[in-house]
Amino acid sequence: MSLKRAAAITGLAEMAPRASAEGLSTMGIWADVSRQAILDAGLEPSDIDGLLVAPPIVDMVAMWPSHLGEYLDIHPRYANIVDLGGASAAGMVWRAAAAIQSGLCRTVLCVSGEASDVETFYAPRSKRPTQQLPQREFVAPYGPMGANSGYAQIAMRHMHEFGTTGRQLAKVAVDQRTNAAANPDALYRDPLSVDDVLSSPLIVDPLHLYEIVRPCTGGAAFVVVSADAAGSSAQTPAWLLGAGEATRGVMLAQVASITTSPVAQSAPLAFEMAGVTPADIDLISVYDCYTITVVVTLEDAGFCEKGRGGPFVEEHDLTYRGDLPLNTHGGQLSFGQPGLAGGMSHVTEAVRQLQGRGGERQVADCELAFVNGNGGIMSEQSSLVLGV
Amino acid sequence: MSDQPRKPLPKPSSLSQPFWDGLAAGELRLQRCDSCDTYVFYPRPYCPRCLSEALTWTAVSGRGRVYTYTIVRRAMHPAFQLEVPYVFAIVELEEGPRVETNVVGCAPEDVRVEMPVKAVYDMTTAGIALLKFEPA
Repeated sequence: MSLKRAAAITGLAEMAPRASAEGLSTMGIWADVSRQAILDAGLEPSDIDGLLVAPPIVDMVAMWPSHLGEYLDIHPRYANIVDLGGASAAGMVWRAAAAIQSGLCRTVLCVSGEASDVETFYAPRSKRPTQQLPQREFVAPYGPMGANSGYAQIAMRHMHEFGTTGRQLAKVAVDQRTNAAANPDALYRDPLSVDDVLSSPLIVDPLHLYEIVRPCTGGAAFVVVSADAAGSSAQTPAWLLGAGEATRGVMLAQVASITTSPVAQSAPLAFEMAGVTPADIDLISVYDCYTITVVVTLEDAGFCEKGRGGPFVEEHDLTYRGDLPLNTHGGQLSFGQPGLAGGMSHVTEAVRQLQGRGGERQVADCELAFVNGNGGIMSEQSSLVLGV
Repeated sequence: MSDQPRKPLPKPSSLSQPFWDGLAAGELRLQRCDSCDTYVFYPRPYCPRCLSEALTWTAVSGRGRVYTYTIVRRAMHPAFQLEVPYVFAIVELEEGPRVETNVVGCAPEDVRVEMPVKAVYDMTTAGIALLKFEPA
């Protein structure tokens, strides 16, 4: 069964990321973006009969969808947490479409975001319940630096196998910063050069400070409607044309090859469902927790040969006015990564561009977008093709 | 000393206890599947490859190569922050499995991917030995 044109994203809302969480609550952010997204779609709360929530990282509690439903006073007949890490947003899109296609519901509100900042993010978690995962017994005693050290290990191995260079990785951050400069909502907008990136402090070799996302506050929501409703929508429907998902274990030592990600499975599924190829894509909107993430994703999605990602990003202009527009909102590296809502930004930006609402950074003739959500240390992948 | 931040230490389960006992005795032991000859790490109740429950704890060489690594220059955990920079690596054992570990006994900058290494057993005050590696 295909999800092709089973549903479309219409309304959306996104809070401009801010460095401090002060005075904000996660629920408050969710309610705000939800309201705006429903309004943007030209709908009423009573129209929302499906609710998907990607939970906040810093505040894990049970039954988030129920709490939010109560807060919004909506009564969804389809409510779920979607937790695929950073792949949650893309995962919500196709899950919403599948629920709509199967008749479970007609209109799904998808929400994420959190009140977080550097202080909250790194606060001691000693009082939280700990689970006896193998990760805790066989990795934690050796001092990993969260996801940072895992992505650094991927980058180090990628450099060894393929000769990828620091300058090539840095180019991703630089082009995305150029995009962010054209996005008034982006957290970091000052110009950035390859030398700036390489002279920023090494945090986990070979990754420098400017190749690593920082925690911040923000949130986003979008509305997925049935094909029938999309026709009479207040906004240009951004159709879901293809979707594919793939996962692997979270511990890198358990992975056959850490330089190839499950995008190698999820992206072909999405392209096949959509009946298009990477060469047809006008906008690439892919998860960028680190520079290496983008390089591996481009290779595994088939935009270039495996191992050629480094030269590929160097040879192409990844800015909104370039030959290969990528993460035109600035990506999480420059726009910001408000928890799992960081992954929302790749979906919202793709929809915005497809709808012609890109403003200064609008990509010309943008009709087909590839979106990729990534969770863990490239362990969860959800790929989408969206189009108008 | 009690004010010093403490590193997270493994809490062995009944399943993993033989692994930790081996390290404390200065020996690397892995589960080996009697049915398909695969080495299994981390410890599991059955062989994930052939589903056999016939796993035998077997002493292995302790030799391997650095599959990948990073130099941690800023740690998230306060106890590890006292030790930066240090090498957080994945070592591929001669017998096949890979383990997450530290490479010690050389300057962090001297570590290379594919560098041959051998196991060392780092006894902690808690009586648990950690599996680390040094240049072979």
